[in-house]
Amino acid sequence: MTDSNSNHRGVSLAVRDLHKSFNGLDVLKGIDFEVEPGEIFVLMGPSGSGKSVLLRHVIGLEPPDAGEILVGGESIHSEGVMDKHHLAMVFQSGALLNSLTVGENVGLYLTEHRLKPLDEIARIVSDKLEAVGLKGTEDKMPSELSGGMKKRVAIARALVSQPHLILYDEPTSELDPASAVVIGEEIAKLNKQHGVTSLVVSHDRDLAFGIADRIAVLLEGRIMAVGRPEEIRSIQEPAVHDFLNAKLKRPDSP
Amino acid sequence: MFQNIGEMVILFWRSLLSLPLAWRHRQKVFEQLHEIGNASLLMVCVLSFFIGAVIALQTAPMLVERGLHSYVGGMVGYSIARELAPVMMGVLLAGRIGSAMTAEIGSMRVYQEIDALRTMNINPVHYLVMPRMVAISIAVPMLVVFAILVGWLGGAVVAANNDQIQIAAKVFFVDLRQVVELADVVHGVVKSFCFAVVIGLVACHQGLVTRGGPRGIGRSVTKSVVNSIVLIVIFDYLITRVLQK
Repeated sequence: MTDSNSNHRGVSLAVRDLHKSFNGLDVLKGIDFEVEPGEIFVLMGPSGSGKSVLLRHVIGLEPPDAGEILVGGESIHSEGVMDKHHLAMVFQSGALLNSLTVGENVGLYLTEHRLKPLDEIARIVSDKLEAVGLKGTEDKMPSELSGGMKKRVAIARALVSQPHLILYDEPTSELDPASAVVIGEEIAKLNKQHGVTSLVVSHDRDLAFGIADRIAVLLEGRIMAVGRPEEIRSIQEPAVHDFLNAKLKRPDSP
Repeated sequence: MFQNIGEMVILFWRSLLSLPLAWRHRQKVFEQLHEIGNASLLMVCVLSFFIGAVIALQTAPMLVERGLHSYVGGMVGYSIARELAPVMMGVLLAGRIGSAMTAEIGSMRVYQEIDALRTMNINPVHYLVMPRMVAISIAVPMLVVFAILVGWLGGAVVAANNDQIQIAAKVFFVDLRQVVELADVVHGVVKSFCFAVVIGLVACHQGLVTRGGPRGIGRSVTKSVVNSIVLIVIFDYLITRVLQK
């Protein structure tokens, strides 16, 4: 990272008794967990367990039915909290604006809020792209990038606002193993370099046990286990154990 | 339906409130103006030329037969300026521009680009809706002025060259000038401005409420075009009633 201003630090996150239902279907049934400043917290769970819905609540895209989300001790829905703590989210698909170039996507936050002169924005964009290993791709369109490159651009875009908390939604889904490793390393590197708090939602066991300081397992809308990776590995609770140790069995194997 | 109307009223109000930001977003407004003008001008000219031509072809022989030569220019000019140009262009642009707007915003919605804007604290109404509303409200009345002029030309060409009509272009325009006043053109332009607001509002609203994947986008585009055309016809009556001499 060449940006000398990137000395931001992480912020704490607390989710308390969060409930959400859609059309009478309970998706989140009283979620409780806390993330320490500067921690990489991975939330694991099978598809449909409510991970992405939880993430959308944390970033303020969905209002909860009950419960609260505190960032740095303040409710996410309080006036000015989003600006004060600079939350950023890396979407599962990258969610790059397809009508803009890579450079315009990465610099969008700064240009739209007119936070820096254009030449400085160009320099910051170049620095952030270099930080995720995509230097020189400013003029490419998102459609010209591979899935892994799109996710790295999305990470660069998240970094531009100098966030205190970054949320990653399935950062390695749809990626080949090598690209998944690169993304995992990027998340760990950014956390180490900037001390930014990272909340990662994933069902990728390699990623979770490779980068997490702590892991939570979300099953059917409830947190079933929270702990350090080695603690989670040793849990004998059947539902958690089965999820973490699911293996493909050949039909002809004994 | 009432929920849709309520949401559109709120969206319209928010767009109005964001109008002071139009200068700041002028680049996006210019891009949209270019998109709308570039995509529509040729089609508008072709359509309006042939509307003028067919109106002359349908009505002029009957008028000439009854010795009412001097009414041809006025009738073609008046009907194009006050009714046919704004309504037909409204329908055309609902299909051409409204559908494109809905498809673009709808796919941004489906592929989480709008959520990404929100997480960057960028208001989608300021970023997406207002520039489109401003651009379409400027572009459509200008296109309708073109449509009126080209429609008159189409009528004049047919009147001059059809064996059953045989009215020289110069005579056609002198007759037209005796009947059609500037107020009639203004009437058509005012109508087209209202239609532009309707098309932009319906298109942006349908885009923003798109759910599901490609099928959802297709459904929204269809609803956008159909609802726009229905509203254009309803507003056409209401505006005509209000502006009636």
